[in-house]
Amino acid sequence: MTTVPKPVPVPVQLGLPRRLVEFALDDEPVRVPEGSTILDACEAVGKDIPTLCYGDTLTPKNACRVCVVEVEGARTLAPACSRKAEPGMTVRTDTERARHSRKIVLELLASSVDLSTTPHVAGWIREYGAEPDRFGPDAATVADRAPKVDNDLYVRDYGKCIMCYKCVDACGDQWQNTFAIAVAGRGFDNTISVEHDAPLTDSACVYCGNCIEVCPTGALSFKTEFDMREAGTWDEDAQTEATTICAYCGVGCNLTLHVQDNEIVKVTSPHDNPVTHGNLCIKGRFGFQHVQNRD
Amino acid sequence: MDLHFADAKPTDEERDAVDGYLGPPESGWEGGERTEADLRWARGGHAARDRRDLLLPALHAVNDRIGWISEGALDYVCRRLTIPPAEGYGVATFYAMFSVNPRPARVVHVCTDLACAARGSRALVAALEDRLGPAGAARDGAVWQPSPCLGLCERAPAALVIQAGTAPGSGPSDAGQAEYATAVVAPATAEGVVAAAHAPQAAPAEPQAAEAVPQAGDPGLVLLRRIGIVDPADLDDYRANGGYTALRHAFALGPSGVIREVLDAGLVGRGGAAFPTGRKWEATARQPERTHYLVCNADESEPGTFKDRVLMEGDPYALVEAMTIAGYAVGAHRGFIYLRGEYPRALHRLNHAINQTRARGLLGENVLGQGYAFDIEIRRGAGAYICGEETAIFNSIEGQRGEPRSKPPFPVEKGLFGKPTAVNNVETLVNVLPILERGAAAYAATGTEGSTGTKLFCVSGTVSRPGIYELPFGATLRELMDLAGPPESLRAVLLGGAAGGFVRPDELDIPLTFEGTRAAGTTLGSGVVLALDDSVELPRILLRIAEFFRDESCGQCVPCRVGTVRQEEALHRIADRTGAAAATDIALLREVGQAMRDASICGLGQTAWNAVESAIDRLGAYE
Ligand SMILES: Cc1cc2nc3c(=O)[nH]c(=O)nc-3n(C[C@H](O)[C@H](O)[C@H](O)COP(=O)(O)O)c2cc1C
Ligand code: SF4
Ligand code: SF4
Ligand code: SF4
Ligand code: FES
Ligand code: FES
Repeated sequence: MTTVPKPVPVPVQLGLPRRLVEFALDDEPVRVPEGSTILDACEAVGKDIPTLCYGDTLTPKNACRVCVVEVEGARTLAPACSRKAEPGMTVRTDTERARHSRKIVLELLASSVDLSTTPHVAGWIREYGAEPDRFGPDAATVADRAPKVDNDLYVRDYGKCIMCYKCVDACGDQWQNTFAIAVAGRGFDNTISVEHDAPLTDSACVYCGNCIEVCPTGALSFKTEFDMREAGTWDEDAQTEATTICAYCGVGCNLTLHVQDNEIVKVTSPHDNPVTHGNLCIKGRFGFQHVQNRD
Repeated sequence: MDLHFADAKPTDEERDAVDGYLGPPESGWEGGERTEADLRWARGGHAARDRRDLLLPALHAVNDRIGWISEGALDYVCRRLTIPPAEGYGVATFYAMFSVNPRPARVVHVCTDLACAARGSRALVAALEDRLGPAGAARDGAVWQPSPCLGLCERAPAALVIQAGTAPGSGPSDAGQAEYATAVVAPATAEGVVAAAHAPQAAPAEPQAAEAVPQAGDPGLVLLRRIGIVDPADLDDYRANGGYTALRHAFALGPSGVIREVLDAGLVGRGGAAFPTGRKWEATARQPERTHYLVCNADESEPGTFKDRVLMEGDPYALVEAMTIAGYAVGAHRGFIYLRGEYPRALHRLNHAINQTRARGLLGENVLGQGYAFDIEIRRGAGAYICGEETAIFNSIEGQRGEPRSKPPFPVEKGLFGKPTAVNNVETLVNVLPILERGAAAYAATGTEGSTGTKLFCVSGTVSRPGIYELPFGATLRELMDLAGPPESLRAVLLGGAAGGFVRPDELDIPLTFEGTRAAGTTLGSGVVLALDDSVELPRILLRIAEFFRDESCGQCVPCRVGTVRQEEALHRIADRTGAAAATDIALLREVGQAMRDASICGLGQTAWNAVESAIDRLGAYE
């Protein structure tokens, strides 16, 4: 594999420029292309809205509700990640009501799921003054679910799963079209599962790892990462990333190699690649061992 | 689609059950014998996947026959319908009436919900634990389990026995399996339930639907006027009693004329959301997309609600006629009745009515010879309150998990199968008959300006004459309670069901209208009026409500999935506390409740705290 300095080609704009929609965002007028979401508009003006189930390569499922904002005239709050900007609407992102719901969502999640490997969440918990402990020591949780270690490539640790549906969407009709996993059960007892809760090795899984790519919590992780975390040797600060092109076939997918102590510890793929959008196949995702066989 | 299956095989009975519903497989690709020809072409394209909506009925076919859904059976269903088995499993595990673990052929659902709790379900459960063993434990070929409201509240406490088996009338199978049978035991005694649990086919017949209507025969009735008067199995009797005059009027008016009448009549939905029906129809009819659908919401699972059941059991042709009119108005040629899975008699009656009307040309290619094609299909729910939500109902019919969709887009734009769809409650639809028979003005002369016509109320709990009452909008809660015979020491009335709210005995002058209940800070909801006397332990009732929402949350969004659990936990902690000892948890409940109301995706989570909040604020629970 060769390291390419600037791997991501600039997408060519096709079609007519989109019309602009103007609305009031926190009392400031903003203009965004038609079809943009409130979240897009917030990003454009540099406003930070917490998100968990939103994925930049997926259709919003708006399940977590941590991104809710207040839309004037609406009975309920609206998820910024999926609500489309409409001309003349008045949106407030930082009202008491919106902050309250975000705080409670963070408390509900942090008290029921192991968020220890979810990026950003600790900061939001501080920012919103969330106190997950106030539900008491007996609060029901899924954090005690045992990790499913049933193959050599990746681990499913559903004690960390917030049920964002992203892995299911990535495995299903949005990207991979393998449909190996789905949501099973109902309510608090629901979970991501293959049929009959079988091991992954008995399922349709093709180990593309595209579910790992989109998982926002670390519930899905490379076996290498899982083992290193168990051993206490996982150290993100000591890792470097290098983006290269997969050498296995002619498609030319981008691979970002995460390297710690001169070993590849996991492989991701840039989401802004206009062809693959972060998706890979088993070879690009997991077939890195030969690069570092030193004997 | 390249599906992967493990090698679990269906048993002969399971295969027979599935093929009995879907017909024999056409090829090896669908799970039939593999032939040489199968190796030369593949099936798996759109045509094969287009049958996804048969998943729920196919799972019912297995569950009805065997009593549970094995790996082999589920895989076979998925193979037949080209469905990834992981998704099939996700659907099968969504519904409370299905089990993916072995269980006996006879399952006894014992209602432990609000009205039954007010009428002795605790003692019943204790007696059943004695005689049938603990809930969930199989004994003597039967198992019992607690159930949310069975929609039989006027005969509380209630139980429903379902015996899996061969199609009724087909005799026992080669393997000696008995016929499918159901038995409603209500009011239930332990003896009655135990007997029905072992021989449901020998259980005494249910009382006629009219028994649930204390006013039956009263000439002032509109929606209930035929109940107890006409034979619900006789189309001629229905026609002799005014049936099908409304449809003739509809054809004379044309679709937009019908919508005009419904708008002028001021009809609003009776399913709980109180949305103007005419506007919904107009918006659906207007969509340029050619295929439109009509869905009748007969999922009726709001605790304390049983009006739709009584209408369907007592006057099924009225619903068929009303749906034909609605379909005509909105430009639909196919209508679906999404019927609650636990309503065996309504299913039977509606099936019969649909077959009869079809045979007589009142459904089908050319309704009444007017060149309008319309037909109705019944889809059975399988034990999920959430499937009554107007978008979850689409997912359920389409063979997906019954999770609500996010709106917009609204059903009138993208509903069932992505097409413009009008969803209406049973009672709403039945109102269209008097509107067309009498004219909008005459209809609107009853009731108030904001709430026209009459309303059905489901009265249950500690009253002497529980049942369905029909009153003009504007009657007060007191008038209704007086009809039903209130208890001597009324403690509270739950209006609108678990998603509604409590009112105090000194608030009985609340007018029963949409605007009147709104002004009083409460709701009519689905028409539930559940009376509780002072022998009822309020904290237990509130816990039951919380448990209901926790059980019925689809689990999609965080505020509801986890919030309903935290609500129940807090109510558990304060079940025996009052005053300062409960204050911290009440504050916590308020905070969680506000976020559920503001940030949940659908009405379930948004209303899950309403009743508890009203009990704290209006009744002074925990003070
Ligand atoms: C959780 C939930 C359950 C519901 N269940 C029912 C039901 O069983 N029957 C019903 O008619 N409406 C039910 N609704 C209301 C429907 O979403 C919808 O508003 C109604 O069917 C529309 O019909 P209508 O306009 O005729 O009332 C439910 C709503 C929610 C949020
Ligand atoms: S690795 Fe690929 S095929 Fe396997 S579950 Fe994840 S997305 Fe699906
Ligand atoms: S495993 Fe990860 S991606 Fe999948 S639902 Fe859970 S948190 Fe989301
Ligand atoms: S509010 Fe509850 S029932 Fe509705 S979508 Fe969310 S989790 Fe599901
Ligand atoms: S990020 Fe918007 S709902 Fe989850
Ligand atoms: S049947 Fe038991 S509460 Fe309705």
